[in-house]
Amino acid sequence: MSVHLVLARKLLVAALGLWLFAAAGLSFYRSRHLPEPVVLGPGVTAVRQLSEFLPALKGTANDCHLYVLDGKEPGGTVLLLGGSHAEEPAGRLAPWLVVENAVVQRGRLIVALSANRSATTVTRPNGAYPPDFQIPTAWGAQTFRMGDRWSNPLDQWPDPEVYIHYPSGQNLAYVDIRNLNRAWPGRAHGTLTEQTTHAFMELIRREQVDVAIDLHEAELQYPVISAVVTHQKGQELATMVTMMLTDMEGFNIKTEFSPPNLHGLSHREIGDFSPAVSLLFETPEPFLDATRGITSRERLLTGQDEFVMHAGRHGLLFEKIDEKGWPIAVRVGRHTSSICQVCETWTESRPDRPVAVTGVPKYADVIKNGVGYYLRNPQGAEAGRVYYE
Amino acid sequence: MPMVIVTALYYVMVAYVSLLLIWSLVKSPRWERDVLYILVLIPFLLRLFRLK
Repeated sequence: MSVHLVLARKLLVAALGLWLFAAAGLSFYRSRHLPEPVVLGPGVTAVRQLSEFLPALKGTANDCHLYVLDGKEPGGTVLLLGGSHAEEPAGRLAPWLVVENAVVQRGRLIVALSANRSATTVTRPNGAYPPDFQIPTAWGAQTFRMGDRWSNPLDQWPDPEVYIHYPSGQNLAYVDIRNLNRAWPGRAHGTLTEQTTHAFMELIRREQVDVAIDLHEAELQYPVISAVVTHQKGQELATMVTMMLTDMEGFNIKTEFSPPNLHGLSHREIGDFSPAVSLLFETPEPFLDATRGITSRERLLTGQDEFVMHAGRHGLLFEKIDEKGWPIAVRVGRHTSSICQVCETWTESRPDRPVAVTGVPKYADVIKNGVGYYLRNPQGAEAGRVYYE
Repeated sequence: MPMVIVTALYYVMVAYVSLLLIWSLVKSPRWERDVLYILVLIPFLLRLFRLK
């Protein structure tokens, strides 16, 4: 073969490679840098940064926004942690609706929509996850990053052979060193994920947070599902909340107690290392199940999955599922109602530290109107009232 | 600090392997090998350019 033919062949293959590299790289870059608009609702009085509580976080992927909703009257403080596990979209969308709609009458809400922002910029390797998903609204569709359970390896790497949790010394799975909900209470000079939880702990202590709520979703093959998980300090609160929700809102939700010897989780460590009551909400997300079907955008939002249903027929699930699935509106509505109920029940039990919130769409509202109905159009927002996650 | 050192070494190794793959691509005698090297090279380049 002549030199020219060989050269032409090499150039052709190199061009093919360059095209594949550019296509993949552009997709990854766009996904990592996709701006997610947040329109500040009437109740947002300030937007702060997590790095205020640990300057080392400044300039990192995890220097997330903190949306502060101050009440007209003083009272207690409730912290909402959205996006601890970024691939659990109801855990981000529910506090999103709070930021864009809630008005606090008494007390204060502090809301993080991307508690582990790094994890929102990557999807799980080998999972064929969509890079993003869209929520339809009357003014168009709003696009959100799909995210992952763990911090992006670009921001924190390498992983150890075994993750030794600080300060308990408990051995955990190696990959969970990048799992925000295995890194509480964190440390100032630790990994990015540990620094993030440390900053939140500082926030909780300095801002005198009374109740910290960590919002999640769970696979149906996981026993802790459709539940409020509580530290022992919050047992009465959580039990009353789940009773009220089951009775008044029409969905079943149970109370689970945080195991004292299982470390790194928010419901354990926030309660142990601060005066706050720590709660964690779980709602069903079939998309996370090991026996799920194709990981499509549609399946993420409808929660319909014949393979998970099949697992259910064999008694392998801890939550029911039928042809209706678990639509995103149902999952988000469960969380928003649970947030409202915690505030109500907390205020009744601690009238000296009230947190009274209005304007948050509840379970029936979100199911009736859809999640997008409560998202505000960033195009029509006032100047300075749009932030990006 | 150990994580920073390991990460830096990792990127050096990724760059080195990328160069080896490019060299192998240049020297390979068959087109099937060319395609193989280019496909193997892509994830190395993505990581080197911090695209994930």
